[in-house]
Amino acid sequence: MEFAELIKTPRVDGVVLHRPFMPTVEGTLCLTGHHLILSSRQDNTEELWLLHANIDSIEKRFIGSLGTIIVKCKDLRVIQLDIPGMEECLNIASSIEALSTLDSVSLMYPFFYRPLFEVIEDGWQLFVPEEAFKDLESMTDEWRLSEVNKDFSVCPSYPSLLTVPKDIDDESLCKAASFRHGGRFPVLSYYHKKNGMVMMRAAQPLTGTNGRRCKEDEKLINATLCAGKRGYIIDTRTVAVAQQAKARGGGFEQEANYPQWRRIHKAVERSNVLQESLIKLVEACNDQSHSMDRWLSKLEASNWQSNVKEILTTACLAAQCIDREGASVLVHGTEGTDSTLQVTSLAQIILDPACRTIRGFEVLIEREWLQAGHPFQQRCAQSAYSNGKPRSEAPVFLLFLDCVWQILRQFPCSFQFNENFLIMLFEHAYASQFGTFLGNSVAERLKLLLSQKTVSLWSWVNRPQELERFLNPLYEPNNLVIWPSVAPQSLLLWEGVFLRWNRSSKCLDEANQEMVHIIEYNKELQNKVNSLRRQLAQLETEDGPLQTP
Amino acid sequence: MEHIITPKVEHVKLLNKYPEKKSALGTLYLTATHLIYVEQTNNSRAETWVLHHHIMSVEKLPLTAPGCPLLIRCKTFQLLHLLFQKERDCQDVYQSLLHLSQPVKEDELYAFLYTPHQNQEDRRQGWEFISVANDFSRMGLSNEYWEISPLNKNYEICSTYPSILGLPKNASVAVVTGSAKFRSRGRLPVLSYYHKDTKAAICRCSQPLSGLTSRCVEDEQMLQAISQANPNCPFIYVVDTRPKLNAMANRAAGKGYENEDNYSNIRFQFQGIENIHVMRNSLQKLLEVCSMKSPSMSDYLTGLENSGWMRHIKSVMDAGVFLAKAVSEERASVLVHCSDGWDRTAQVCSLACILLDPYYRTIKGLMVLIEKEWISFGHKFSHRCGHLDSDPKEVSPVFTQFLECVWQLSEQFPCVFEFNERYLIEIHNQVYACQYGNFIGNCQKERLDMRLHEKTFSLWPHLLKNQHLYRNPLYRRSLESTVLRPSTLPLHFKFWCGMYNHYDGGMHPKQSVLDQLLSLTQKQVEGERTMTELQRLAVADGVLPDPSGLISTPTKQDSPCEKTPTAPVVQSNGSCAPLINGDAEEAVPGAEKCNEEEGAES
Repeated sequence: MEFAELIKTPRVDGVVLHRPFMPTVEGTLCLTGHHLILSSRQDNTEELWLLHANIDSIEKRFIGSLGTIIVKCKDLRVIQLDIPGMEECLNIASSIEALSTLDSVSLMYPFFYRPLFEVIEDGWQLFVPEEAFKDLESMTDEWRLSEVNKDFSVCPSYPSLLTVPKDIDDESLCKAASFRHGGRFPVLSYYHKKNGMVMMRAAQPLTGTNGRRCKEDEKLINATLCAGKRGYIIDTRTVAVAQQAKARGGGFEQEANYPQWRRIHKAVERSNVLQESLIKLVEACNDQSHSMDRWLSKLEASNWQSNVKEILTTACLAAQCIDREGASVLVHGTEGTDSTLQVTSLAQIILDPACRTIRGFEVLIEREWLQAGHPFQQRCAQSAYSNGKPRSEAPVFLLFLDCVWQILRQFPCSFQFNENFLIMLFEHAYASQFGTFLGNSVAERLKLLLSQKTVSLWSWVNRPQELERFLNPLYEPNNLVIWPSVAPQSLLLWEGVFLRWNRSSKCLDEANQEMVHIIEYNKELQNKVNSLRRQLAQLETEDGPLQTP
Repeated sequence: MEHIITPKVEHVKLLNKYPEKKSALGTLYLTATHLIYVEQTNNSRAETWVLHHHIMSVEKLPLTAPGCPLLIRCKTFQLLHLLFQKERDCQDVYQSLLHLSQPVKEDELYAFLYTPHQNQEDRRQGWEFISVANDFSRMGLSNEYWEISPLNKNYEICSTYPSILGLPKNASVAVVTGSAKFRSRGRLPVLSYYHKDTKAAICRCSQPLSGLTSRCVEDEQMLQAISQANPNCPFIYVVDTRPKLNAMANRAAGKGYENEDNYSNIRFQFQGIENIHVMRNSLQKLLEVCSMKSPSMSDYLTGLENSGWMRHIKSVMDAGVFLAKAVSEERASVLVHCSDGWDRTAQVCSLACILLDPYYRTIKGLMVLIEKEWISFGHKFSHRCGHLDSDPKEVSPVFTQFLECVWQLSEQFPCVFEFNERYLIEIHNQVYACQYGNFIGNCQKERLDMRLHEKTFSLWPHLLKNQHLYRNPLYRRSLESTVLRPSTLPLHFKFWCGMYNHYDGGMHPKQSVLDQLLSLTQKQVEGERTMTELQRLAVADGVLPDPSGLISTPTKQDSPCEKTPTAPVVQSNGSCAPLINGDAEEAVPGAEKCNEEEGAES
């Protein structure tokens, strides 16, 4: 086993663990291929099991022969291990470093993890494109399911089955694909049942500096418009950025070639900028020596909240175009795998009540993120504590979850899931025993044989025992479109993620329990009242004939 | 009323903060007490009532093509932007409001006109409902260390103090009067709160008239007496809530702070809370941020930082936490002062009381606390709130800051307060409304001279009557014995949108957890009542000859009395605010409409 070579010292006794808001634990530290384990070997004390994959970076310090390792995790937690013996400490540190930065995906824990629970419902089957298409077919016959990408040659980051306008043949799709960045030609993202308007997504068109055009691309998107109707193209980039993209062969749709479309530019940041933003935010949150002024100025300088506001605003705009203006929408940025997906998935949460259920939200993540080719593995390789120069890491998905949390906070009764569900997804996107977020596209996942070799996150989450933790007790299905406020006053810092390790959750947990208690008790009471009523009514009808002999 | 020039103006526009939203067209009425704007559309009628006393300023803006704009800013942080068709109407309304919003004489205040359906006996009982003397007995006073003294019954020792004072038993009359002479405005050190468990006390006073060198034996003895009244700690903290620089500047004017060398066993401490003028300006800046039209996140956060408001809130909270810690952990008594001891001192003492004593976290307890630390100890409500046309430099949001600190605590500790956010906001509105007599005048003596108890009504019974609106459904009595230890890290303070942007409904969560839970607790009370009724019926029916006997068994098991989770005694039968469901048609403030600029062509 190759892991053994990386583990220089498999166990050390007398290690002291410090965690925020928890008592210190002294025990034995063990390193396995995938975990860092600290156990006090006493009953009733919690053990620490930390996935190496969750470790973002470590720091070493020495005072005499007492070494200290600060472990900074991708879920933003920071823990400290005091390790007696300089050699042991150095060995542990270098082992952790090696084990937490394994290059090969197939060495990752999900390939070794065997569930201790029985898989009742295979999460890999959660989203079946054919079934989703059947639903669509019941509402409209304007679309077809194309197999043009079945070997992933037309677009490596797309899934094999794609929903496209009925009148556009596969040949045209191939031509349109060659006109779009990474072959990501416009495909259906969402069908708005209420008025039949649609949202499509794509990558930027490859117009270049000389204004190339592509008849098939034009025809493809025009096919989604009703006669005489105009549509909106939402380019997530500013005009300036979109202009600059031309020099690199990219660009945007020219009015002359797309006369039925109106283009709107927004300013959703590119992924490398977002990574910087996350690092600054977490740094600000972890520095407790700040004065109020310094904290506010650092929060502002991180730009995180600005990013949340911009993404939500763009999603609201897309939703408005569809629901209020009754127009179809095409969303794209540059590659169509990041800001585009943030916008299309959030717009669906605003518009479609189904996305606000647990099942619906899981399907949304499958459809609009995993299948749509968001490169999870690249984006989530490192989190806020990475020391190295960021390659393609970016908290694109975390920002999406943050935006969902903002909507959830403003509509606390409209979501079937609670904040913990979103936090759980954040954690698993960055480090997990499940295979769901491995790989960067459907093609990669197939190659890795993930569905055979690993367990899906959904197989675990959807078990009733687990699901219970993620249910929102206040949920009442709400069929309306929900418009969040994007005023700065309405957008709060997501404490559940960013201040999670800087505060004791005791009081907030108590409040939550109390809330659940009130709701449960009420339900119970109403049930009892109803059943008693029924019994009495029954008694009366039974009594009736008796009294008239 | 002689001030109302035009009682009714038609075709007045109420401009919306968000330009994309259509502004309303309606009729403006001026009554003796209110400005009323009635928006009449096809079949709906929306009314906006603004109490004249709530108006902070009226400003005529430059004439525009569509009409004459009038900007009305309220002390409740409401902002009305009206547009008149005729310049003349605008001028008339402007003139009227200037007079109506700033009465010159006390008896023009609303409270002297307001008559609820109460008889003299109700009125008397209403005023007696909250009693500071009772609170002293609740604390266990008098006892062997402290006595409740009538020395100030004629307000001769200190005109701005209450008539009864908590004093250390071993302080002689000479020491008390001597100490009073050495304190600014005679505000000598007296008891604010006695912590039974530790025997430590919080005392309050004003700054000593120490100047650069003066000292006063009686004052030193007074502090000694306070120290000796606590057998658990050999020293007392003397907390000057001001920034050190301010306190030093006061020395030059013959005032200042205690010289540690002159007092035995005191530990002196500055807390750095800024003065009323800084706070007034800070709020002004904060409100500018709140009223920005579609600000960017950066504008907002930078504005929030530059206003300094959150920093000031933190400084008050820090001082309160210091006091509570000293009392509960070090078992040390604390003497608190600022300059006059009626602003910062009131904030800090009352906040410490809330941290230490769960009683003050109840609906009634907060009334007692406000009555004790603010009203009776002479927080100058009339001046600070600008009830009358007086020196604008005396106005300051000191009390608002106290309410905000309580709100910040309730955010950190959602289960320890009996009341919800609306209670704090209602109290804030009532402080400025002058509908009840409680917050009129600057000290007890003034209120007595005004005969407020005979001429006006007390707010507290009114709030108690509506307490079902103000309950916190998550309140858990079982947690109540704890001393609160809030975090005062900057990142744990939040902007209080519910207060400062109260009237910007679009900014608030569209569904309210509070409403949801309040209606559930209401349902629970009704459910339990129905249950009891049904059980009675079932038992009665079971008494009838029933061969199977099936009915009586399950009903017994169904008894709801076994576990009542929160025991919320909702006293009023009035229905709670209805459940608000998804407000689908609420527009998105700040989200630009689709008709945006086209991208520039290459």
